[in-house]
Parts: sequence; structure tokens; C-alpha cells
Amino acid sequence: MNRSSKILRYVAKRLIQGIPIILAIVVMNFFLLNLAEGDAVDVLAGEAGSATPEYMEEMRKKFGLDKPLPVQLAVYLKNVVQLDLGRSHRHDMPVTELIVDRLWPTLLLMTSTIMLAVGFGILLGLFAAINLNTWKDAMISVFALITYATPLFWVGLMMIILFSIKNDWFPTSGMENSAAFYEGFDRVKDIAHHLVLPTITLSLFYLALYTRMMRASMLEQYGQDYVITARAKGLTERRITFVHVLRNALLPVVTMAGVQVGALIGGSVIVESVFAWPGLGMLAFESLFARDLNLLLGIFLLSSVLVVAVNLVVDIIYCFLDPRIEVN
Amino acid sequence: MTNTLLTISNLDISLPEGSERSLAVENLCVDLAPGETLCIVGESGSGKSLTARALMGLLPAPHVRVSKGSINFCGEDLIQASERRLREIRGSEISMIFQEPMTALNPVMTIGTQIDEIFRYHVAMPAKERRQRAIQLLEDVQLPDPEKIVSAYPHELSGGQRQRAMIAMALSLEPKIIIADEPTTALDVTTQAQILKLISDMQALHKTGVLFITHDFGVVADIADRVAVMQNGRVVETGSVDEVLNRPEHDYTKKLISSVPSLIPRPPRTRSADVVLAVQNVQKTFGDGKSFFGFGKPNRVVHAVKNVSLELCRGETLGVVGESGSGKSTLARCIIRLLENDSGKIMLDGINLCDLNRKEMRPWRAKIQMIFQDPYASLNPRVKVGQIIAQGPMIQGANKKEAEARTRELLEIVGLDERAFNRYPHEFSGGQRQRIGIARALALDPEILVADEPVSALDVSIQAQILKLLDEIRERMNLSMVFITHDLRVAAQVCDRLAVMRYGEIVETGVTGQIFNAPQHSYTRDLLAAVPGQKWDR
Repeated sequence: MNRSSKILRYVAKRLIQGIPIILAIVVMNFFLLNLAEGDAVDVLAGEAGSATPEYMEEMRKKFGLDKPLPVQLAVYLKNVVQLDLGRSHRHDMPVTELIVDRLWPTLLLMTSTIMLAVGFGILLGLFAAINLNTWKDAMISVFALITYATPLFWVGLMMIILFSIKNDWFPTSGMENSAAFYEGFDRVKDIAHHLVLPTITLSLFYLALYTRMMRASMLEQYGQDYVITARAKGLTERRITFVHVLRNALLPVVTMAGVQVGALIGGSVIVESVFAWPGLGMLAFESLFARDLNLLLGIFLLSSVLVVAVNLVVDIIYCFLDPRIEVN
Repeated sequence: MTNTLLTISNLDISLPEGSERSLAVENLCVDLAPGETLCIVGESGSGKSLTARALMGLLPAPHVRVSKGSINFCGEDLIQASERRLREIRGSEISMIFQEPMTALNPVMTIGTQIDEIFRYHVAMPAKERRQRAIQLLEDVQLPDPEKIVSAYPHELSGGQRQRAMIAMALSLEPKIIIADEPTTALDVTTQAQILKLISDMQALHKTGVLFITHDFGVVADIADRVAVMQNGRVVETGSVDEVLNRPEHDYTKKLISSVPSLIPRPPRTRSADVVLAVQNVQKTFGDGKSFFGFGKPNRVVHAVKNVSLELCRGETLGVVGESGSGKSTLARCIIRLLENDSGKIMLDGINLCDLNRKEMRPWRAKIQMIFQDPYASLNPRVKVGQIIAQGPMIQGANKKEAEARTRELLEIVGLDERAFNRYPHEFSGGQRQRIGIARALALDPEILVADEPVSALDVSIQAQILKLLDEIRERMNLSMVFITHDLRVAAQVCDRLAVMRYGEIVETGVTGQIFNAPQHSYTRDLLAAVPGQKWDR
């Protein structure tokens, strides 16, 4: 069997393995969320100010909240299998529609953050390792330490003060200037402009992490025997660094990046709040307070699907980076 | 002096401040002629590998550097040469072969690419021709199917094949000098014999000078023209192979040579007929051959031990010999019940140990103890030596005071100072740690010792001391021993009987002298024929 068909089989196997995992996550989430006091009807009634107990009963009946938990779960699972995530009682809209609407801003933010953090982290780590124990290395280490230790929301707020309020370089919040009705390339430019601050804020922490990891990994690889072999062959230091050492040093960083994509979805809640970014994190945050369980479950489901998918992608990248890993 | 390739004169290599000694290599003078093999022999820490590195300008700068002397290579002083000139020389005029072919090759690059680099950096040649040359080289070093190996990754080859590929790489531009730093130490004896032959064939073909670094006198006897013996950074003796091996002058050389175990087996000892341990039809496989719900290929089943039966008599040492992957270590682990065997019986004093559960097994554990191969990895670095030794008896129910008294007694028996009790393992040398390992095993007053390559990681003079210690202990405590080794020289000196293993099976058993003088199985004959230095043996 050749390599590509092996990889296809592997993907199929992993996707099938993913199904029970995701279902288990759904069940766990369902019970976890129902542990919280109160339901959507309590919140709606509270906001309306005057609701009779009879009216609340009627609403619960309408939403299906009067049934016992296992029945609710069974109904929910049945719907999920049919790819129907139910309705959001709060927004009075299908959950799928709400989520899909908010999905792409989140994906945009996540992708740009990962690219920035991993890309620059690798570059900075590489640069620090090449200039080991010089002032450049020291600067990078100090930078990494500071960004690693600073809370995200504070960085976000400082960025807004510095770059949006003091200097009017970037917008303070939102994803696009909807009043301007940009179209085509202008709209892309506008969104990119809005994307800068949230991306930087969210990626700083991870950037520091990958920088430190990459530096350590490069140094470890420099100590390996094959580097001496490469030197003994008369190769230049440049070739040794960029061809021999770099590829081996990337392996642990890629693994780590894969693990953290999941955490990134959670981490984006803060950044989305600070920058009023209309993403899934914000939606999750709002629906939690509204006890909009259907919507929340939908978001969790989507996040877990994302994590499973990203892990698969990382494993496949890993296969190509490291020929020792066999897919089976 | 037209006939010298290389002259090293008065070479000093300095170590960073605070090291054990200030010079790693001191006042080294050797030379090498075309087509000649010069062996540099010495124990670990003698400075032999650093000498090799210095020739290539590959010392771990800036801490370790050449502080004095010259390295004259065809009229050019390599110490004065620019980094650029050194890069030209490396790989094209002087090339190097390393000890561990797995780590010395880049794991994520194909063999072909790694050979190709040498051509790319030293000669202008179109890519297609470079590939042709690479394939030709792989064929020259007798690798099967070079077309396939050229695009294989290092992990897809066996140890011997990797070393062949490494040699192909070193030969690619027909260098004037090849530096081989323990190139066969990590290989099995039969592979070692092939690789040594390959190196000398290639040398004869290209008139290459070979600087061969080794600790193994058998290898020296087989391949060297001249020998330089190093001790603590100094060359204590140089001369032709015949002079140094057969008429050594310096005390250190004499001591080293007398430490090399002889291939002539010791006279057999009288044997008791009382069987203490019987291994009956033991099988052990790894992997279950199943796949995940029918997806992907089934995982591989490895038959590590196949239907092995052995008997160990009281006071006897039974050697289990074989090459790597023959299943000897797995067998040892099954015997002391670190691994659960799939089937078969392990009978100790008439009780089948395989039937016992964890708790029932505990009192029996004291009766069989193990000595491990790696004295560095097998002692917990965070636990004091006294604790390491006393733990066993305390688990078996001895009180603290008794256990500690016993520990002090044992430290003395294995030849360590009593003060070792409160020290950590890292404060000791390899040989001393192996003594600690032996004391730990003896602490439970075992009937049987299972020693898994107990001297493989040690220098030859230390090895001789440890073997002597094991001998004394065996006599004193009337121990029975299962001695696992790949080194037939050691086996000849230690074991009363031998079992030869291959692919998980025992192919031959018999009294040591018989197996050495009249081997029955063809594999045993191959193994014996591959032991280096047979002609030299006294």
C-alpha cells in the first residue's frame, strides 16, 4: 500500500473514531449545563418583570423543558444525529443559523492568531537559538517572559488605549465598519484592519510559548550526533541550521500547537469581549447568562468537532514532517 | 617524509576551567601513511574521540580547543586553516564514520539526500549524476537494492545497513583519510565482522589512511597496522600491532591487555545435579495482531521468546548468548517475572512462579534478583545508595536497623567504602555503580542472580574487576546465575554452560568448552567465527 492511500485509510479511521468521542462530549455537556440553577424561562420571566407561574409553565411546555432530563437528552441526541441543533429560545432562531453566522469571525480570528503565534514563534525561537547568549537572545527571552506573564485582557485594553485612542491607527472594536457598506476588496481591507489588534492580543501569549519552545528545541537538536555528521561532511552552518536542525526542531512545536488550538477557542472569549468581536466566544458568553442551553450545546458541539478535526490535521502534518511516524 | 598523510605533533587540547583535568589531550604525536590503519586504543575519557574531532576542526568550541601543537595534513597545518578551508577538507579529503549510525544520520532525511549533500557542497555536478553516484556508492558498500535504499529513511534500515550507508557517505569523494570513531561498537559481532571487512576492502581499493578509534583489542588485532595506546590524554605507547599486542612495554598497556577476557574457556567446574530453576516451554509475544475495528493494518506480532526450556543447577552459571533482538533480555525479564509470559512454566524449588499472583509472588521475589545492564539508568538518581540497597530487605519485612547493618556489610563485600551509604548514585563511576547494583541484588540473599549484560557498558579494566567480584560472590554465597551477554569472550570466562539464542529460540545448549571447541549449530559457528581478534588470542 502506498503512502497516500495509507493516509486516506487513516483519516477514515480517525473520523469514525471521532463520532463516539463527539457524542460522549455532547452527553457530558448536556448534564454539565443542566447542573446550573435556573433555565431560559426563569431568565425570560425575570427580564419581562411580571410573569405568572402559569405562563412560565406554559413556556416550559412549549420549549420542552417540562420533561424529565433523560427524555430531553434523548430528544436532543435524536435531533443532533439528524444534524438539527434545535432552536434558541432567546433569539427565537435556529441554533445552526446563529452559529454559522458567528463561526467564520471566530475561524478568522483563530487562524490568523495561530499563523501569527506559530510563525513568529518559530522565527523568534530560531533567531534566538542562532544568536545564543548574545544580547539578541536575551532581548527575545525577556520579551517572551513579559508577554507570557501579562494577562490577555489587560494587553487588549492597553492596545486599545495606545493604538486606537491615543493614536487613531486601528478601530477600537467590531469586525467591520458596517455603516460604510464596503464591498469586495474594500471590505476585505476593512476587516483586516479590524483584525489586527485582536489577533495581536490573542497571539502574544502563544507567541511567547512557541518562541521559548522553539529555542529549546533548536538547542536540543544542535546537540545531536547528526549535526556533527553534517559538519564532518563539510556543510555550511547555514545549511545545517535551516535544513538539518530546523525540521527536527519543528516537531515538538507542531505537536504543542495542535493541542492548543482547542484552548484557543476558550481563550478567545476574553479577547472577543474586549474587542466586541462578533465570534462564537461572545455568543457562548451571552447564551450562558441567558441559560440558552440549546445554543450553548450547539457551540460546544461545534468546538469539539473543530478540536477533533484540527487534531487530525496536525497528525497528518506530523506524518509528513517526520517519516518515522507510521500511520496505521 | 613524503610518505605521510598526516602528522600530529605536540597536540594539546584544553578543557574548560573547573574540569577534572586541564588538558583532554596532552603532547600527542602520531602520524599516518597512505593505506595504513592506525588504531587509537583507550578507555573512556582517554581523549581518543577528542583527538579525532580535533583533526576535523570539530571540537565543541569555544570551551574545548587546541591550545598547542600542529596537525600537518599533506603539508598544510589544519589548526591554522580557515573555517572555509576546513569545510572544503571535511567530507572530501578527510571524512568520518561515527559510533551510533542511528543518531549520526538525520532521521527526517533520506539516505540519498544525505549522500547528495556531500556532492552538492564539494563538486559541481548535475543532480541526475549525483543521484547515479549515490546509487553506485550504496552498491559499492554492498547494500541490497541501492535504488530503493537511496530514497529510504534511516529508521527503515537495520543497524548494519545504516553503518554501511554511513561508510558510503564517508567514501563518496574518495577521501585521503577516514576517521572511524568506534564504528562497530553498537553493532552485533557478525555485523561487526562484515563492517570491518568492508572498511579494509575499501581502504585497499582507494589507498586510504584509516584512523580507527576503538576500545576493543580484538578489533585492533584484526585490522590495525600500528597502534597508539592512550591513557588520560597521553599516548603511553605506540608501535606496530605485533609489538603492542604481543610485547607491550608500558604498564598500562599490559594491564589493559591482561584485562581482555580470553576466548579459551575456563576449565569446567564440578557441577551439582540439583536443579534450582527450570524454565519450561516459555513463550512471549508482543502485540496481539489485531487492528482497530478492522481499520488499518493489524499490528505486528513479535515472537520474542519461542518455546524456550532451560535448567539451572545449584551453584552454576548459565550463559545465554545471542545478538540483539534474539530475545535474551525478554527471557530474563520473564524469569524474574517482570514480564508476564504467554505460556510455559517457571519452576523455582518445585513451585510454578507463573501461577502466583502479585501478593503471593512477593516472598519469592527475594529468591531471584536481577543485575541490570546500564549502571546509570538502573539506579534512581534521587535516592541515596544506602536506601537503594536497604529498600529490598525492608519491603520483605526486615526492620530498619537490620537492613542498614546488612547494607553496610554488603557495601564492604562489593568493595565500596562505607561512606557510600549516604551518597547519591551520580557521585560514583560506572564501575562503582555496577557494584551498587550488585549489592542491591544481594541484599535479599537471593538463590539466583539474573545478570543482563552486567559488564557491557563498562571499560575493559573495570569489566575485569566486576567479573572478578561476581566470581567471588558466587563462590562465597553459592549463587546460581543466569548470565546474559552478547560478548563471547566474557561468556567463555564466566559461564559453566551456554545457551545460544537466535530469533527467540535456543539453537544450542552445552558445556562452555564444548560449544567453543565443537559447535554443533551453524549459527553458533558463525557467531564464534565473527569474534574479533581470534588469531591474536593467547
